[in-house]
Amino acid sequence: MLNPSDLAAVWLTIKLAGLTTLLLLLVGTPVAWWLSRTRHWLKGPVSAVVTLPLVLPPAVLGFYLLVLMGPEGPVGRLTQSLGLGLLPFTFPGLVVASVIYSMPFVVQPLQQAFEAIGERPLEAAATLRASPLDAFFSIALPLALPGFFTAAVLGFAHTVGEFGVVLMIGGNIPGKTQVLSMAIYNHVEALEYAQAHWLAGGMLAFSFLVLLALYGRQWRRSP
Amino acid sequence: MSIAARFSIAYPGFACEADLDLPGGGITALFGPSGSGKTTLLRAIAGLERWPGRLAVNGEVWQDDSRFVPTHRRPLGYVFQEASLFPHLTVAANLDFGAKRAGAAASRVSLERIVDLLGIGTLLDRKPGHLSGGERQRVAIARALLTGPELLLMDEPLAALDLARKNEILPYLERLHDTLEIPVLYVSHSPDEVARLADHLVALDAGRVVAQGPLAETLARTDLPIRLGEDAGVVLDAVVAERDAEWSLAGVDFPGGRLWVRDTGHEIGSRVRVRILARDVSIALEKHVYSSILNTLPATVREIGAESHPALALVKLDAGGASLLARLTRRSAAALALAPGLPVWVQIKAVALIG
Repeated sequence: MLNPSDLAAVWLTIKLAGLTTLLLLLVGTPVAWWLSRTRHWLKGPVSAVVTLPLVLPPAVLGFYLLVLMGPEGPVGRLTQSLGLGLLPFTFPGLVVASVIYSMPFVVQPLQQAFEAIGERPLEAAATLRASPLDAFFSIALPLALPGFFTAAVLGFAHTVGEFGVVLMIGGNIPGKTQVLSMAIYNHVEALEYAQAHWLAGGMLAFSFLVLLALYGRQWRRSP
Repeated sequence: MSIAARFSIAYPGFACEADLDLPGGGITALFGPSGSGKTTLLRAIAGLERWPGRLAVNGEVWQDDSRFVPTHRRPLGYVFQEASLFPHLTVAANLDFGAKRAGAAASRVSLERIVDLLGIGTLLDRKPGHLSGGERQRVAIARALLTGPELLLMDEPLAALDLARKNEILPYLERLHDTLEIPVLYVSHSPDEVARLADHLVALDAGRVVAQGPLAETLARTDLPIRLGEDAGVVLDAVVAERDAEWSLAGVDFPGGRLWVRDTGHEIGSRVRVRILARDVSIALEKHVYSSILNTLPATVREIGAESHPALALVKLDAGGASLLARLTRRSAAALALAPGLPVWVQIKAVALIG
């Protein structure tokens, strides 16, 4: 079964994925809203940047994040001058890296949900005295709710499964930055296949259930 | 009380220079074929699209060179072609959406009265997805009215509906027409809707205002007949004065006299509209007593204008202050020596009761 360090890794992973998802919904919603409505020339570049983590090898992303957040990197200098210390090999560092890594999995479903609403309900809201902010909260958010569900599930599940970025930024410090995928890797390295099975099998079951929940829901909604 | 709007609208393949001076009451139809710029103009007035220009409603400037009041701060109601109800809210919550945001303005109108006027009392607990197209549009109209607007804008509210649904809503619109005190701008390309509802007409073609003025007067212009459909003709407001049960006829009075039409069940005293096409009106110098034509009225020739074919003439007549149009051959006009000021008898072959 699971030993205490495995349990710590599971708990750390849930904490990381939960916090990352929460932050991504907060950061990703305005980004997705802007992308869904704007005709600005920056839309293309911003979309490309947000989507980069989808195609980039995690090791590449992790490497550059490490360089940026390290003692000589601009982000590292900033965090040091603010008295926050350095982010690599800390839990906050993992959170920052995960937010960037999982960004497209949250922004894209949200953007699609917002685009699907179209202009008309918001125009109707404006003719009924709702300010743009009011219309966003009273009309756009409720209508995009299924998109929020999809975004949260995908963001959470994707963060749970990350490996390369975590390896680069977090290292493998038990109880601090050792997440589930790291723990599996350690067990396999040590030829503890039974332990590895418990964690890997759990991950497999979790991912399947998440996707089942997602697609089962969509199937129910389209009779 | 009036609306002054001037806009320069231009996008690839379309340009519109509109200068409108609209009355502060009644229904003004923005009438024209598809692509004539009616909807764009309406959206510009609502502030949903921003084009250079100036707009003042009842002396309040909504837009000029330095100012642009955003849509949500304009005291207007807007009815879209598709009802555009909020699908996640019940009918009651849809109605409440604008009413609670409009604050003091909304208290000018009574929910019960509007709900009753549009016959939506039994729908309040339903979601828009469970309403018919006609019901949805009635709710949308009520929702717009419940903000207590100073101006109601309607963008082809019937165009997305089939004929049966149209006929279901038109009586409600006519009731609105009779009870509303605010001006209504009604975009339409349907001659029937314009004839039934409008008091004032703005005719648009390819981004140009071709004519604007009171409906009857504008329709009776001989220099530029605005055709509602195939033929030139006039629309008159009249009151049912008499019902003849023996012959199933109703006598309706307009300033030029009494017209007999088929009795379609309107009560005595109710206000109706009749439409008389120029091709159904002929002119005689004496009253013909022995004739199958039921409606013969004295009138005075006002103008003689050209028709589309060189053989024809369009004659504008005055009957007790109301205008009529008659289409004759130019030869007949010459044979009768028609000239402005000449008293004549008009014989009206067909009168259509339109509402």
